[in-house]
Amino acid sequence: MSETTTSLEAGGGVGGLTVDRLAGLLRAAEAIVIPIGAVVVSAAIFSLFLLALGKSPVTFFDLLWRGGYGSAFSWQNTLVRTAPLIFTALCVAVPARLGLVIIGGEGALVLGGFAAAVVALPLLGHAPPWVVMPAMFLAAMLAGSVWIAIVGALRHHRGVNETIASLLMFYIAVAILNFFVEGALRSPVDPNKPSTTPIGPTNMVGEIPGLGVHWGLAFGVVLAILCHVLMTRTTFGFAARVAGGNVRAARAQGLPVGRLIVISCALAGASAGIAGYFEVAAILGKANASLAAGYGFTGILVSFLARHNPLAIPPVAVLFGGLAAAGGLIQRRMGLPDATVQVLQGLIFVVILISETLYGRFAIFDREAKR
Amino acid sequence: MSDDPFFTVAVAMFAGAIRVSTPFLFVSLGECLTEKSGRINLGLEGTLVFGAMSAYAISYLSGSPWLGVAAAGCSGAVFGALHGFICKLPKVNDIAIGIALMLFGSGLAFFFGKSFIQPTAPRLSAIDFGFLTSNPQMKVALQINPLFFVGLVAALALWWALRNTRFGLVVRMTGDSAATARAMGTSVDLVRFLATTIGGFSAGIGGAFLSLYYPGSWNEGLSSGQGLMAVALVIFSRWNPIACVAAALLFGAAGALGPALQSVGISQGYHFFNAAPHILTLAIMIASTSPKRSLKGAPGELSITK
Amino acid sequence: MTKFTLSRRSLLKSAAAGLVTAPVFGIERAAAAGLTIGIIYVGPRDDYGWNQAHAVAAKALKLVPGVTVVEEENVPETIAVQKTMESMIQLDGAKLIFATSFGYFDPHMVEMAKKFPQVEFRHAIGLWQKDKHPSNAGSYYAYLHQAHYVDGIAAGLSTKTGKLGFIAAKPISSVLSNINAFAMGVRKVNPTATVQVIFTGDWALPVREAEAANALADSGCDVLTCHVDSPKVVVETAEKRGVKSCGHNASQASLAPKGFITGAEYKWETVYKYFADLLAKGQKLPNFERGGYDKDYVQNTAFGAGATEEAKKAAAAAIADLKANKPYVSGPLKDNKGVEVLAAGKVVDNYDVFLETTNYLVEGVVGSMT
Repeated sequence: MSETTTSLEAGGGVGGLTVDRLAGLLRAAEAIVIPIGAVVVSAAIFSLFLLALGKSPVTFFDLLWRGGYGSAFSWQNTLVRTAPLIFTALCVAVPARLGLVIIGGEGALVLGGFAAAVVALPLLGHAPPWVVMPAMFLAAMLAGSVWIAIVGALRHHRGVNETIASLLMFYIAVAILNFFVEGALRSPVDPNKPSTTPIGPTNMVGEIPGLGVHWGLAFGVVLAILCHVLMTRTTFGFAARVAGGNVRAARAQGLPVGRLIVISCALAGASAGIAGYFEVAAILGKANASLAAGYGFTGILVSFLARHNPLAIPPVAVLFGGLAAAGGLIQRRMGLPDATVQVLQGLIFVVILISETLYGRFAIFDREAKR
Repeated sequence: MSDDPFFTVAVAMFAGAIRVSTPFLFVSLGECLTEKSGRINLGLEGTLVFGAMSAYAISYLSGSPWLGVAAAGCSGAVFGALHGFICKLPKVNDIAIGIALMLFGSGLAFFFGKSFIQPTAPRLSAIDFGFLTSNPQMKVALQINPLFFVGLVAALALWWALRNTRFGLVVRMTGDSAATARAMGTSVDLVRFLATTIGGFSAGIGGAFLSLYYPGSWNEGLSSGQGLMAVALVIFSRWNPIACVAAALLFGAAGALGPALQSVGISQGYHFFNAAPHILTLAIMIASTSPKRSLKGAPGELSITK
Repeated sequence: MTKFTLSRRSLLKSAAAGLVTAPVFGIERAAAAGLTIGIIYVGPRDDYGWNQAHAVAAKALKLVPGVTVVEEENVPETIAVQKTMESMIQLDGAKLIFATSFGYFDPHMVEMAKKFPQVEFRHAIGLWQKDKHPSNAGSYYAYLHQAHYVDGIAAGLSTKTGKLGFIAAKPISSVLSNINAFAMGVRKVNPTATVQVIFTGDWALPVREAEAANALADSGCDVLTCHVDSPKVVVETAEKRGVKSCGHNASQASLAPKGFITGAEYKWETVYKYFADLLAKGQKLPNFERGGYDKDYVQNTAFGAGATEEAKKAAAAAIADLKANKPYVSGPLKDNKGVEVLAAGKVVDNYDVFLETTNYLVEGVVGSMT
């Protein structure tokens, strides 16, 4: 560590940087170097795990690269899995600014997708796509936001723990979906996969030209940027961060903590609901049990790994999308069970969280400490 | 054999309470101790699953189910120790570490458990209390696994120890105010580390019950969130081990509701009956909490109650 | 390699198509010489149930010279399965894909079949229709409900209480047809008996399956059977409760030495062996392959100690009829709400899709689909 310190020290004064800007840059560098270091460390530990099993880590990481990022197809495969993760990660990140840990985004996704498909039902064949598509989108957003807003309201008004409430509500969301999809709203089209009536090809969301990935990806990136702006450039974001830091102080300042909590949760739920919309409108074409595919839960990892920073979420989602995309190739070529990728994901998650403890520990990143 | 559907459902729920509650009981007791010390470990779901796998594997390989139970407890303790150790580091979020260990633990369990899905391992046997009744359904309901009683005794012991022993005092003090504990010369980190380790041990035993007694089989769908539900149980048990027993029994009974109603022909809306444990937990949490006063019995240091 | 006309021809085609549709860089062909087959499972390959049955039987394909088999497990019924198919095609050079889960068919497999016309796709169970679906797609299925019908006959003659229990995962057509066939078998030999159904809501929920088995035993059922991914828990719980049981998917006879009657088993190996032979001869696989007892695609487990002599005799007779492809479903047939689903005098051929598009529970089944 000392070597790098000196070299940076030497470069520190050059280039006419003000001390403040330098400190900001260094903090940004810290936020990049530490997570990357953590990923490298987890890869190293995982290599030992593979070696102990008699498998080659070189092959593993080579396949990981090829399956996730090594070709245009692999990128497509990765990005198509990335899109829903951005939305569900935002569902964790936004309330996290207030100190809330929401782990039931999957429920909002499921109900969002379901609401989108249901709203489309009476419109099919009567309304043009430019009516059906926005209606579906809004319905998904609304359903998702109400679902998580309930969690926020329960937290604020009744003091119910949001982590557990959101998880319980996920199970309830799935029960609601299955009750209708296997019952009153079941379409006779596919006797072996209970689903709502297909929305039809004209109401489906297309692909981003030249990329082979649906528009959800672009929406996700835009939404991540919007969340960043909201959190850093608006009064709302500032108030949320204050409340997240210290509720009592926030109350003393006269901040409407309850409203902040409910609105943040509503925004979070809307984001997960949009993920559900794209699952229905860009992929499944109907609502069914496949909506609960685990994107909501992987989104938790993505958000924590991105340290709840909306701008960091898309790249981290690409990392996890790539892991999922390459998982299949690894299974097929190395004969490793599917759980291998889960082990690696868990390991990365654990190591990343441990690395949280390193922030501010390295003198090189911290000019303030120096003075 | 009674044909009264009400009686059948009642018996099924009674029997379900005894059969299904044990894993909830062990996980929630473990979590109760951990939370009393001021930490929350959401990773017990992963611990439960890994415990179930290791118990079944060891029982199969060694031929002794009780050795399997011991293995499950030890592996659970390792996961607990890992959580306790990591959370000691500054700035590390215990909830997040829990989620991470949940993923990691179940991932490892699935990875190593592949070859134990098909074999039939020796299972734990029950103690038969059927002589207490002449009703045939009740006779079956009263075949009770020894672990259930171990859980009851553990709950009593924990309840007593938390109130009356030096150990209990130290744990509670650490959980209520780390600063005070430090002032008294207690090593807060050590207390929490031990509490989490013991909590993990208990959760591992809960897993062993799943794979070695009821339903008595290992596969990847075995737990379906029971470890997480148990954490919720602790909150509405108000960190009271005796209340944990009641909550676990209630939860077991709720889980039996869906199948029991369908068995007597009430099946419309079974999706919701099957979700009864989750709906019930949420309802009780809503009904029993209040933002106005802090939760009675809640450890002051616990992140989720702040 | 000259034997593989199919693969050679399609390889050339795909090379050409690859230039057009494939992305600019980085296409690997792992197995350029022979035929690569991709098999996709929805759960773990060793689940002691549905997926394992396929995985074990599909080994027949690996024995064909020149054939490479690549397999992927735990692939959810989302975009993931589309990408898995595409990955098998693009990275492994697969020319034939077997997708073994219900929900893989529409839209996932249909989309991929349209995108890769040079690759053949086959789906276990799905209803491929000539006028609706791409010609390089198809489906194959074994009529397990025939074996459940035999189960029903044996069970109907082995019950004392006249109450039987069926634990089912989801109310989808392939499950409903098994429940109905079981009930029809039961009531053919025991017209007043009823079959109590419990839906657990998902394919693998061991605790709820055990609870369901106990609840059924408590309510007086003395024979239990099921259609869930892994019937181990149900059969073992039945045995523990001292009630009889019928198996599903594979043989569970050894799990219930006292109460096992018989079980409905797939013989996927016959199906995959048939496919393997066609491939070895360089022929195209059929788009729509179906069969039951007549083609040796299903079987019943050898009778266990729970089967009465009378039951064995009647079941053996039913098997003989099914082997001769004699129809076993005929009107009048009502669902359990009293609505007529088949008029009196109508006889349903064993290959009629009527038996594959079940969306009701027949009379004699107690329970509801929602």
